Order: sequence, then C-alpha cells, then structure tokens
Amino acid sequence: MTTIPSIARLRRPGSLRRRQTITAYTFLAVPLVFFLIVRFLPTFTALRLSLFDWNILKEVQPYVGFANYDKLLHDGVFGRALVNTALYTIIGVPAQIVLGLATALLLGKIRKLQGLFRALYFAPYVTPIVASAWVWQWLFSPQFGPVNTLLVWLHLPPQPFLTSPSQALATTAALVVWQNLGFQVVLFLAGLAAIPRTYYEAAEIDGASGSQAFWKITLPLLNPTIVFSVVTGTISYLQLFTQVVNLNFTDQGGPLSSTMTVALYIYQLAFGRFQTGYASAITVVLFVIILAITLLQLRFLTRRVDYG
Amino acid sequence: MKQVFTRLALMTLALGAVSAAVSGAAAAPVTITYWQYDYASKVSTVNDLIKKFQAANPDITVKQENFPYDAYSQKVASSVPAGQGPDVVNMFYGWLPQYVDAGYLQPLPEKDFPFKQIEANYAPMVKTSKIGGKYYALPTAVRTLAVFYNKDLFKAAGIAQPPRTWEDFISDAGKIVKGTAPRFTTLGFGIQPDGQDYHVLREVLVRQFGGQPYSKDGKTVAYNNEAGTRAMTFYTDLATKYKLGVPNFFPGNNSYRDAFIAGKVGMIIDGSFAVNTIKTGAKFGWGVSPLPVLAANKQRGNFGSFWVNGITKNATGDKLAASIKFLKFMTSEETQRTWLANVGEIPASRKLSGDDALRKDPVFGPFVYSLPFASSTVFVDEAGQRKAWVDAINTVLLQGNSPANAVKAAAASEQKILDEYYKK
Repeated sequence: MTTIPSIARLRRPGSLRRRQTITAYTFLAVPLVFFLIVRFLPTFTALRLSLFDWNILKEVQPYVGFANYDKLLHDGVFGRALVNTALYTIIGVPAQIVLGLATALLLGKIRKLQGLFRALYFAPYVTPIVASAWVWQWLFSPQFGPVNTLLVWLHLPPQPFLTSPSQALATTAALVVWQNLGFQVVLFLAGLAAIPRTYYEAAEIDGASGSQAFWKITLPLLNPTIVFSVVTGTISYLQLFTQVVNLNFTDQGGPLSSTMTVALYIYQLAFGRFQTGYASAITVVLFVIILAITLLQLRFLTRRVDYG
Repeated sequence: MKQVFTRLALMTLALGAVSAAVSGAAAAPVTITYWQYDYASKVSTVNDLIKKFQAANPDITVKQENFPYDAYSQKVASSVPAGQGPDVVNMFYGWLPQYVDAGYLQPLPEKDFPFKQIEANYAPMVKTSKIGGKYYALPTAVRTLAVFYNKDLFKAAGIAQPPRTWEDFISDAGKIVKGTAPRFTTLGFGIQPDGQDYHVLREVLVRQFGGQPYSKDGKTVAYNNEAGTRAMTFYTDLATKYKLGVPNFFPGNNSYRDAFIAGKVGMIIDGSFAVNTIKTGAKFGWGVSPLPVLAANKQRGNFGSFWVNGITKNATGDKLAASIKFLKFMTSEETQRTWLANVGEIPASRKLSGDDALRKDPVFGPFVYSLPFASSTVFVDEAGQRKAWVDAINTVLLQGNSPANAVKAAAASEQKILDEYYKK
C-alpha cells in the first residue's frame, strides 16, 4: 500500500526525467567510487607520506615535516631528472605533432592503399614498448647497428648514441616520437576530416594558394586537435618511464643519469630503495607540475572553433 | 616409602602427559610457505627437495611460491608492512641488513644452528649473515667470480694458457681485440662496469693495490686514497688506454655475457651463476680461470655473493618448528650436493667445496678455489651503492674524469648512504 504514493509521484510531469537522473547518478557512482579509491585516495596518501621519513622496511615512520622537500632541493639526480623530463617534452611534443600532421596531410593526398599506409604508421603505437626498445637498442648499437653502418658508408663518423651521456636522451626521445606518431596521424586524419570541404572550395574560387589554404583554414580549424595533442602529449612525456627503463636495463636512466626521468627516479627510490616518503615528495612535485602545465596549456592554447 | 613411590608414579604420569602433549603438537599437520624468485632449475630443484622433505616429515607441508626476479625484492619488501608473506624466505645476502632492521627475520636459534658450527662449516664470506652477533640466514650455495675465456679465440691469437696475472690479461686481450671504438668487431675483454666488474674493482682490485674497500665495521668507506685511485686507474685503463673493449658491446641486459656466448669476446669476468647459461649457449671451446693477480704482489682476491634462506617473523609456534626443520634440510650437505648437480651452484659448506673432484673440475674448480679468500660486501642499500660505483666508473670512461676524482665522488655518495643507514 505504501508504494502507491511513490508511483503517483512518478507519474507527475518531470518525474521521468528525475528518475533518469537518479539512474544516471547511480551508474556514475560506481566509477566515481572506483576513482575515489584507486586514484584520489592514493594521491592524498602520497601527500601525507611525503611529510614522513617513510620506509616500508622500517617499523617506525617518523614525521619529518618538509625535510623531504628540502632534500629535493639539494638532490643532483632529481635536478637532472627534472631537466631531462623538460627536454623530453620540449623535443618530443613538437616533433610528434609536426611529423604527425605532415604524415596525415600526405596520407590525405593518397588515393591508393590509404588503409595500408595508415595501418603501417599505426603499427609502432600498438607494438609493445619493451619490444620496440629492444629493436631500438640494436638499430642504434654503436658496434653493430644499421644506423652507424649507414653513417660509416656515408663516410661520416660513427656515433655512440645510447652509450653516450650527451646523445642518449635524444635517441630515447626519437623512439618515443616514432611510437606516438601513429596515434598523432590518426588524430589529425580525424581532425582534417572534420573540416568542411566547402571552405577549401570557396578559397579555391577566391584564388587562394595551397599554403594559404593550409595556414588560414587547415591549421586554425585543427586547433582543438592540436590542443588535445599538446596536452595529452605533454602529460605522457612528463610521465615517461618504460622506454627509458628498457633502453638501458642494467643502468636504468643512465649512462650517468642522462636519460633519467622524474617518473623513473620516483620508481627507483620507492621500489628499488624503499624510500617511500622521499619518493612521495617527488610525486607531489610532479603532480603539481603536470597540473600547472595542463591548466596553462588549456588557458592559452584553446580557441573557440566554429566549423559553421 | 610408599609415598615416595606414589610421587614418582605421579611424576612419571605427569611427564608422560607432557611429552604426549608435546609430540601431539608436533604431529599436528602444519603448512609453511617458501618464497624464492623464478628461475627454472631452482624452482624444480626445490620442488623435488620439498617432496623429499615431506616424505621424511609427513606432518609438514611446504608450499613454494615464486615471483619474477626483477620484481622479487619489491614483492618481499611489500609483504613486510602487510604482515603477510612466507615463513621461510630466500633473499640476496646484500638485503639482510635492511630486513633484519625491519624486524622481518628471526635470528636463527643457536641450539638448532650453533654459531661455532656455522663458522667452522661454511665458507668465510657467510659471516656477512651475522648481524649484531646473531645469524639470521644461511645459504645453500655460494658464488664467486672467475674469468671465462674463449679457447678458440685464444688459440687463433696464439695464446696457450689463460692469464695468471693482470699483466698477462692485458697482453692476451690485446692480441684478441679486433677493431677500434666505437666499431669493435671482437673484444679482448668484455668490460661491463654494471655487470660484475664493479665488484671486481671494489672488492678485488682495491685490495690487490694495497687498500681496503671499507672499514672493519663496514660503516666507513676506505678506498678514497692512493690504492683506490690506482685500482680505478687500472680498471678504466683497460678500456681507455689499452682499448681492450667497450661497455655495452652487445645491447641488452647481459651485454658482456651475450657477446661472449656469441663468440665475440676473448674474456669476461662473471659469476659461477653464469655457468649454466654459458654452457647451454656457447658453441665453441671455453674455459674458466681464476681472477688474475698483480705480478708485483700476487695477492689473490675475489667477490663472493650468495642467496640465503631465513625465517620470517610470520613463523610462530608449530610453523616456527617446521620452518627450522625445513631450513636445516635446505642447508644440509645432501641438499647442497643436489643443488650443485641440478642448479650448478657451488656448495656453501667448506667440506663439500673442499672435495677433491670438485676442486679439480675444470669449470667449477676455479670458483671453488677462490672461496677461502672471497670477500662479500655488506650492502645497506644495494641499488644506491651500486649506482655510486657505476656512475664513478662511467665518468672516467665516458667523460674523461680523472680516476682520483671519480673515486672521490664514489666515496662521497656511498658514505652518504652508509651514514644514513647507520645514523641511529
């Protein structure tokens, strides 16, 4: 008997919408709870751990205030990792966007075998990173690598690549760019397809050149795609890890910390040397950096795009 | 009189009841867990050993659990705060100080493992398992380093014997090496600072040049001096001055060993743990020879390392009793013999390693020969201490740093790690 009033209420106008809202929130609650437990809780735990001299192998975890952050300021390897991570981002993000856009534009011109080429460019993205890293090591092996063989054949001096502290970072960045290229191409192909053909037709009638059409139509209208690429690309470079580990497995981040990234350093401190508190402090710093950069990028790169 | 008899009878009854209770407790079935990393021959050998142990102790069941080598230390470490994990655990001796500190391991009871007996029976390096006057773990097998040499390349270069001295080592390797950096085709010496070489430099060369790597209590680095500099100079000269080889000759995790197996390297320095891999891989004649000495003083040296079995704080009551039994079994001479036959690691027992047949074995002989004078480093932060040395060597090899400055830098960063550990 008690159910009658509620049924009556549901029959009122708007009650269907309310029920739908409740259903939606109920379903959303599941991933929300999941995210709270798996993502946000550990993040706040890291914040707390960073104030302790936390070592998972110790029974006492003394509170040390900001001592871990103070230690960061004098840690040469952390400084190196920070600079390296910035370098990876500065080299990698523009390189993969320019190459990705160029490849997408060229693929747009091809009529035959377009699907095959797309698949070929996408293949590195779905290849396991560890496998790619191994192939990369052999390609760039100073002794046996085809790259050096080519250089010698061209009468150029062979290079040490991954074994040199000054070249290892660039060689590593090249691998990441090569891997991400396929994904960038797919993004830009979708972005290009979204631009209405009528704009190009109008420009052609007005006598615009190919380069004018690119700079005045294609590039501005690709802005949302580029912003997306820059933001996701930057975040992924700031979290760079797997490639670095596997390109020099016995001296990870080496030689001489020249390829060390912040993420790898966090891992080494927390899981190799069990200095969880100190690693948490670095995690917090990395989190703040990523947050700040992302907010800045969204603020300054986003423009309203009207496809008409 | 009667009273006395009654009393005696009562006492006997009581004793009987107590002993019945005790044996009753021991007879209750108990399951203990054993952890070691995933290495095919070790896993299967332990499975066989467990079968044998269970047959002799029908009331005890041993469950073996394995984890990948690269994740093993994390797995063990993360089981500590969780209060979970095995009763008997296999760990690298270099991790012991940290785990003993964490209260993770129980000291081995002296009545079951008399210290005097341990010290008389085991290779001297096993003393690094004694912390604060107590033994916390014992090995089944131990490993030392030696020179692996390619007999075919030696023959082709007209060299009759493996080198006894470092001077011969340099001249032999010089005859074998082909090509120049960075396009070598064959190396005389497969130099690899982050392989076993940094152990050779720290524990062998520093001593051979008249120094000591650490103070007696292990709390202070002692190589930041003439001896340390000479050792660093000697080692880095192998690549920079004599150009006998180059690090990372082959890409990959075991660069120098893979290159040796491919027949592209005259000599490498590697541990007895590499014997099986090289035996299966190398398709040419190869031999093993003890680490060279300096012609001037002929002082021998070696770096010993080993994996130990210890009992964790999880084992209490019946589980503790069962764990002690299992540990005794795992470190028994019989098990050590099985281990040598199936895993190919040399026995930790002096008596077994002193066995004539083993000493004369062409492959294991040189490793066994080195046991009496092999030293083990007491690591407090293995990863950190390793990086200090590898980076120091690399500054010389890759950036032209002076050996004296490199040794100074290694000493500074390693001392910092030691200070942090011993500060309490």
